[in-house]
This record gives sequence, structure tokens and C-alpha cells, in this order.
Amino acid sequence: MNDRDQIVSEDEINAYVDGELPADRRTVVEAWLATHPDDAAKVAAWRKQAELIRARYGAVAHETPPQRFNLNRLTRRRSGAIVAAVAAIVAAFVIGGVVGWTARSVEAARPSDLTRFTADALDAYRLYVVEVRHPVEVTGDQRPHLDEWLSKRVGSPLRAPELDKIGLKLVGGRLLPGPTGATAFFMYETPSGERFTLYCGRTSDRDTALRYTTGEQNAAYYWVDGDLAYVLSGPAERDKLREIARAAYEEIDRRTPPLGG
Amino acid sequence: MSEFHEQIKVAIPALRRYARALTRDAETADDIVQDTLVRALRSEHLFHGGDTRAWLYTILTNLNRNRLRTLSRRPVLTPIKDGDAATGAPESGGRDIARALDELAEDQRSALLLVVLEGLTYREVAEVQCVPIGTVMSRLARARSQIKTYLDGERPTLRRVK
Repeated sequence: MNDRDQIVSEDEINAYVDGELPADRRTVVEAWLATHPDDAAKVAAWRKQAELIRARYGAVAHETPPQRFNLNRLTRRRSGAIVAAVAAIVAAFVIGGVVGWTARSVEAARPSDLTRFTADALDAYRLYVVEVRHPVEVTGDQRPHLDEWLSKRVGSPLRAPELDKIGLKLVGGRLLPGPTGATAFFMYETPSGERFTLYCGRTSDRDTALRYTTGEQNAAYYWVDGDLAYVLSGPAERDKLREIARAAYEEIDRRTPPLGG
Repeated sequence: MSEFHEQIKVAIPALRRYARALTRDAETADDIVQDTLVRALRSEHLFHGGDTRAWLYTILTNLNRNRLRTLSRRPVLTPIKDGDAATGAPESGGRDIARALDELAEDQRSALLLVVLEGLTYREVAEVQCVPIGTVMSRLARARSQIKTYLDGERPTLRRVK
């Protein structure tokens, strides 16, 4: 046996994991791994990494692509007025840059609870709304436990509002870090699988008006009730979101004892 | 719908997945995908057969590289990082992988994702990245050992906190 032929390189270990080796080298690598635990551990680690990456991002490919990727629409716009489209894109970048810059310097000075809660809530929404297997820590059928646990951690009595009457089922909830500490996060789902989330943490903000913030695809309503700030997040459909925010607001308001009462 | 359009259309879900992992930000990712589609449609007359899918990955990879260059010239926009950290944070199962990807050089990240997430062969990745296969292999090797170092390095830190 010629030992030199049997030496397995780092590149070959990678190629083995990725199924890129010809059959004869595959046999050699397998024999090598049986006697080289360090390299066998690498193979296991590389496979584990691949699994983590697929588990984290694989589900994106099962989402229905948003309407803006409709090729006919993209083509129509292209054949229409290219100059106008280019001008619009340039303008959007310039305006976006200026607004981004200005908004940033203002917010850097003093980020309000509105800004911080809304940004965090939208991040959490985007993160968990695509989650198929583990969208929540405690499921909606354990509502009393969920409410009790999150009230304790957030440090203020709170309950997941009942939104069944407007067709939203409570999927469940989880605990998240937020701008002011522990934050409760509830997820709701329509019968067709559309998801909305309610994010809730302590605030000293006393401005109770309902505020709307919108991004490209997601949007949020923010309001304050007592010492808690709430952010309802969902797809950017203002009327639908407003209806849910109102229902949640009224449900919570109905159950909150008046302050100092 | 032309065959060309059909090929682009079926590639969209995978492009979104790749872009999401590449940028770790849903909106940025979809912006890049849209830009990729617009460019592909505009360049239809330049495309003479071949692998539409690999070509789309090439456009997307280049657009993202351009985006990062622009970002690095404008440090004021780097707070996007905050969002990324949040995105990678509390996910069970994939808890640290997003942040581990964050630590990689762009070419390493793209090589690794094209192979393990998108299932491209080394040869296809070499074409997408416009480098020899040997370079793809060393990018993969470096990406993997760096992720391992990052993931392994997390544990002692956690133990100390406790």
C-alpha cells in the first residue's frame, strides 16, 4: 500500500462533506476517517453547520414571494418609461439617504420608547413570523400559564388579548429582551395562516395615542396603556392592522383596572 | 410567459433564501432580489442559453458585494448591524449561526451558502464568484473553521457568566 496516496487533505474533507469527491477517493477518505478522530469530528462539525444554516434559512424558500416580484409587473415597468424609473430609483436613494441620515442624528440624540419599541417589535415580528417549528415558547392552549409567566417576568400584570372574535387565534407567546428589559411577545394567526404579533414591555411613556409606523412590507401600531407599551406588527396593510390594534386595545383597556382606582 | 421568464420565476424562492442568509435582513434581502430580477429581465438579450439559475446567483452575489462596498464607504449606515444581531439572537436551534455568518468575509460567506444552502457544485460556485475552483475550496475551508471557532468560543463565555 502506498501511504502517500492515502493522505487526506483538508480540501478533500470539505469535498467529502459536500459530495464532490469521485467514488475512489470517497472510499479512501472514509477509511481515513475511521482512524483519524480529529478529522471525523470535522466532518461532523461541517455537517452540523450546514444543518444549522438550512434550519435557519431554509423556510424562506417556502414562503410565497411578495407581489413586487411579479415578473410581468417588473417587465411592464421596465418597458414603460425607463428614464422615469431610473430617476425614481435615484431619487429614492437620495431621499432615503437624507432621511436616514437626518432620522439617525435625531434618534441618536434621544431615541423615544416609540422608536425603540417599534424597531424591536418589528425585528421580533420578522424573526418569528417565518418560524414554522418553533414560533413560540409557550403555546396558546396554555394561556393562563403564559399570562402568569410573562406578567411575572415583565413585572406588570398583562394578558394576551382575546382576538378570536376578529378571527385571530393565539398561537402562543415568548419572552424577549426589549428596550426596557423583559418583554412579552404574543403571536396570533388567521385561519389562512397570516400572522400578527403583539409586543409588550414596560414604559414610562405617557403619550397614549395610537401611532402607525410602516416599512416596506411590515408595519406596526404602537400605543401605551398604563405602564405598558404595546406594538402590534403585521403585514403592511394599514386598515387591517388598525382593526386588530383597536380590538386589542379595547380588550386590554376593558380589563385594566383604572389607575389609582 | 416565455421560457426565460419561467426559469426566472421558479428561481425566486431560492434567490430569496440565499439573499436572506447572505444579508441576514429580510427587507434588504428582498430589495436585492428585486434588483436582481430587474437586471436579469433587462439583460435578457445578453443571455444566450446556459444555466439561468447560476446566472441569477451571479447577479445577486455581485449586487450584494456592491451594496457592502457602498455601506463601508458610508459608516453612518452601519447601524444595520444592530438589526442583524437581533435577528441572530434568540432563535432556538440556529441560535448563533446567523452571527457566526456575520463574522465571515463576504466571499467566504457567499461560497459557503451557495454550497450548503443552495446546493451548487464547486464548479458552479467558481463561475458565480469568477474564481478558480481551488479558491472556492479554500474559501469554504476558511469559512467552516471560522464558524467553528466562533461557535466553540461562545461556550466558555456563557459558562463564566454563570
